[in-house]
Amino acid sequence: MGNVLHIVVCAGIVPDPLQTLEPVTGPAGPGLKNEMVLPAVLDPWAASALYEAAALAAKNPGSKVWLVSLGPKAKLQQVMMTVAQKAGFELVPIDGPIGGFPDAHSTAAVLADTIAAIPGLDRTKLLLFGGWESATRGAGVTLQLVGERLGIADQFQGVDEIGLRDDGSFEVLERVEGGKHQVSVCLGPPAVLGWATGNLAEPRNNPQIGMANMRNLMPALQKARTAKLDANGLRYLSVSLPKQQRTTRVVKDLTPDQIAAELVEWIGAD
Amino acid sequence: METILVLTHADETGSALTRASLEIVTAGKELAARLGATLTIGIVAPSSAGAATAATSLPSAGARLLAICGEAFAQPRYATDAAACEALCRAAQASIVLAPGGSRYTRIAAGVAHRLGGFIDTHITALGGADTVEATRWFYRQRVEGVLTRDARPWFLLLDAGTHAAFAGQPGPAQVEEVAVELPQIRTTVSGLRAPSQGTQTIRPDAKLLFVAGAGWTKKQPDGQAHAAEAGDLILGFLRASGASLGSSKSLVDQGGEGNSVLPFLTHLNQIGQTGSTPRHAKGLATCCHGEEPHVVGWRFIAERRAVSLDPNCGWTRGKADVVYVADAFQVTARVNSLLEAKKA
Repeated sequence: MGNVLHIVVCAGIVPDPLQTLEPVTGPAGPGLKNEMVLPAVLDPWAASALYEAAALAAKNPGSKVWLVSLGPKAKLQQVMMTVAQKAGFELVPIDGPIGGFPDAHSTAAVLADTIAAIPGLDRTKLLLFGGWESATRGAGVTLQLVGERLGIADQFQGVDEIGLRDDGSFEVLERVEGGKHQVSVCLGPPAVLGWATGNLAEPRNNPQIGMANMRNLMPALQKARTAKLDANGLRYLSVSLPKQQRTTRVVKDLTPDQIAAELVEWIGAD
Repeated sequence: METILVLTHADETGSALTRASLEIVTAGKELAARLGATLTIGIVAPSSAGAATAATSLPSAGARLLAICGEAFAQPRYATDAAACEALCRAAQASIVLAPGGSRYTRIAAGVAHRLGGFIDTHITALGGADTVEATRWFYRQRVEGVLTRDARPWFLLLDAGTHAAFAGQPGPAQVEEVAVELPQIRTTVSGLRAPSQGTQTIRPDAKLLFVAGAGWTKKQPDGQAHAAEAGDLILGFLRASGASLGSSKSLVDQGGEGNSVLPFLTHLNQIGQTGSTPRHAKGLATCCHGEEPHVVGWRFIAERRAVSLDPNCGWTRGKADVVYVADAFQVTARVNSLLEAKKA
């Protein structure tokens, strides 16, 4: 048998990027207006992590993928109906708040406790996957904190590629400045990989995978434990939309030569 | 009284601080002056000599200088960098830790904060407040702006690049205290850097201009044919002539993964927006791009914006660009390239 991996993917749910977002402040702190009725999707970079995890597990027989997701149960159910068609996984849902304003340290504590309690998870085979940043808070710290809490000292962020070797070691490509990748070789699991885009396109919906996932999905959602997130002293002084609406000049009556001349002057002007 | 630690690291030469590190020195100096706090600067470098040389740029910062030195710190790596920064934080007994939000410290800062029982906030774009620290950052991929504060300490703040001027004090001899660190077990070997694009390096973070190519470049043109090769030549010609950095919309980059006719020099690293980067350039020019919100959120820090699009109702016309030229980007770019080449000659 090759490398048996236990891959845990941490993935939140976020408002569909095409939705208009309006921040509001309530008694519990800031949030989004009509947050619970905004259409939601799986966090894009975490979705890349899930697809990479599924592909990696498929190449290494005996491997398993868990998807750990924290969010309101009803929203999780809605999003998982789509996600479950694309990749095979066992869902580990946690019923909790949605959004970008809860403290990342509290979120990480809940996720780490949940992962540590997954039955059958072998931590010596653990690859902890997730997005390197979420599309909500976008802090890029939650996965790192979960890794620390689980005692994992090999962490990689902005990952675009993993190449598993026969001896169990793997090569990782991490995004660094200047459009380059840092290339590292890790001796093997356990490790944390915060994914950027990866190299895989979004898988097509596969009803067979969907049916297999459904056997676990609904019972897991029914049993989802509820988590409350502490603020840890985090206080928001203001939350607002940026005031950057521009007055756009739409130019329809210039020839390509005239436009080019205008652009060259603009490019050259300091 | 607050004790501020600024975490810095040496650049690839091993004997100078990175520009991002020097920016954080400025931020630390300003914050320390405002809060009446003590300032310490921590340096991670591959050798004692390198740290000493790097520190010669810092004496006028008026800070205590600490350094962690050793070959193990020549390459960025979680286990070693986290151990180094943890040791610096303990030595400085810092209540506030400032660090550059580049890839090296972004990879480890949260882990270090956790080891010290502290808290972290990242992507900080401004530090305000009179006698407290009020940090400004973006949420929902640059769509919502928030100001936050914390009472808990130590508090780690990672600042985005470009938010402060690089520290440029009078150079001179500096006294550096070397801090001992116990290395953890090293299971990861860093073998170097790899540029993903073949040939031309199209991502230039220091360029004044961002040139964004949208999916329209590879769509069928008025003659009923796609002209991907011509599009590639025009775009590369523009980058050569203007020195611009190349960005792209997700839809164009994704075409490569789906096996369609594409621009071979584009990768996901060029992607701007919701699932891409949010670069900082003074100007941005979008071409053949619809200006949809998930892409435009990546333009948050582009001050002057223009677009060339055949669609007079594209997203750019709705308050997202300063000027939108309704025109064929193939024709316009060809003429712009000619003019730029002539200007150079």
